[in-house]
Amino acid sequence: MALQSLDIQRRSATPTATPQVRGPAEVAKLIDVSVCTGCKACQVACSEWNDIRADVGTCVGVYDNPIDLSAQAWTVMRFSEHEENGRLQWLIRKDGCMHCSDPGCLKACPSPGAIVQFKNGIVDFHQENCIGCGYCVSGCPFNIPRINKEDNKAYKCSLCSDRVAVGQEPSCVKTCPTGAIQFGTKEDMKHVAEDRITDLKRRGFANAGLYDPEGVGGTHVMYVLHHADRPELYHGLPANPAISATVKLWKGLLKPLATVGIAAAGLFGFFHYITVGPNRPDEDHHEETRS
Amino acid sequence: MKDNLIQRYSAAERINHWIVAVCFVLLAISGLAFFYPAFFWLTGVFGTPQLARIVHPFVGVVMFLAFGRQFFRYWHHNILNGEDIKWMKAVGTVLKGGEVGDIGRYNGGQKAMFWVMCACMATLLATGVIAWRPYFAENFPIPVIRVALLLHAASAVALIASIIIHVYAALWVQGTIRAMVEGVVTHAWAKKHHPRWFREVTGKK
Repeated sequence: MALQSLDIQRRSATPTATPQVRGPAEVAKLIDVSVCTGCKACQVACSEWNDIRADVGTCVGVYDNPIDLSAQAWTVMRFSEHEENGRLQWLIRKDGCMHCSDPGCLKACPSPGAIVQFKNGIVDFHQENCIGCGYCVSGCPFNIPRINKEDNKAYKCSLCSDRVAVGQEPSCVKTCPTGAIQFGTKEDMKHVAEDRITDLKRRGFANAGLYDPEGVGGTHVMYVLHHADRPELYHGLPANPAISATVKLWKGLLKPLATVGIAAAGLFGFFHYITVGPNRPDEDHHEETRS
Repeated sequence: MKDNLIQRYSAAERINHWIVAVCFVLLAISGLAFFYPAFFWLTGVFGTPQLARIVHPFVGVVMFLAFGRQFFRYWHHNILNGEDIKWMKAVGTVLKGGEVGDIGRYNGGQKAMFWVMCACMATLLATGVIAWRPYFAENFPIPVIRVALLLHAASAVALIASIIIHVYAALWVQGTIRAMVEGVVTHAWAKKHHPRWFREVTGKK
């Protein structure tokens, strides 16, 4: 049972309505990539608050460590080196769940209540209902959920829903020493972003902008990017993320088609039997052919 | 055996068939549970939802192996010929209880069903392995898994609808269930539905 401040907007594999009466404001985390120094304090804060410990990795020649998200690492800094006009730009992006308004993970999930979207926009995994099928991995346009090897359950950033529920900001926001990560209502965060973008434009980043992709209905983790026209520069951040057409077909059109197909087969049999009747060999042999 | 009975399926064939059938029912129930949110409770067929997710693919492998044995038993009986095409074109007459063509061991409908089942089984196995966690799925790129999940669901639906037809046909054509339970059919049954096969096994006209 979620706290009232975490009323549920959508619940995986649940076709009926969720609580509708209260309407809390949508929240958002704003990550200003241009202010980030890549110190990884957010990774540490995440690990501490959520009590998760990724293995100490090995250096593979880049600053990224751990090298990828995992069930024990819900956020990682992605370092990309980009050369433009003879200048090297070190683009550092804090990767993790984007908390989509239209979450592909939730759409794909077959287990009722394993994935929920709170009214405030946070998409959360409830592992006690997770069956480990990995459908969320296929549903996500950002490649975020990870299945844990020990318990076969999916994990990802919860946007510290437990902290937000009691009026606190996520732990990564709390700890960020440069103020690159901010948290508030989505509306407020958009205003903050606007000021930052104006400033960046004045400093020569003509294509600075906000990353709040329409294809997934907007996100509750937004980026201020110096190169908003080319989000791929930031370690492959997708330019137009959307739930894959394959997943939509599987979770959408196929269901009514399947229902019609299976029902047609059953109904055909029933009505055929009561209209045409059983097919028996010649009457003389009737007695011997009962099955 | 009584004079008027013909052996159609040996004990080994019957056991083989019912292994496939039981696996199919378990897989269909748990599969529909993963496909339709409203039927999620059907995961209870394996105890708990997570157990259903764990057991489903193993049962699938058993079904595929047992079906594979059937494939090698029956494929050569299921090559389509001219009589089958005639049968398929006149399926309306057949559905009214009429007989069409000089049918051998299997008719056009049964042969078509055989090949549909083969196609579905092969698709289900290949896509099922691709989507199988935690053992195989992580070796495939996510877009491949997406396609696999779609094809797995679609071919499962096709197979379920086909099996409903398969079961209904067996119920409708009286005397058929006996072939797969006791292994025998009557002369009258064979003469009416599979005249060429009847002549081949009895030498009678």
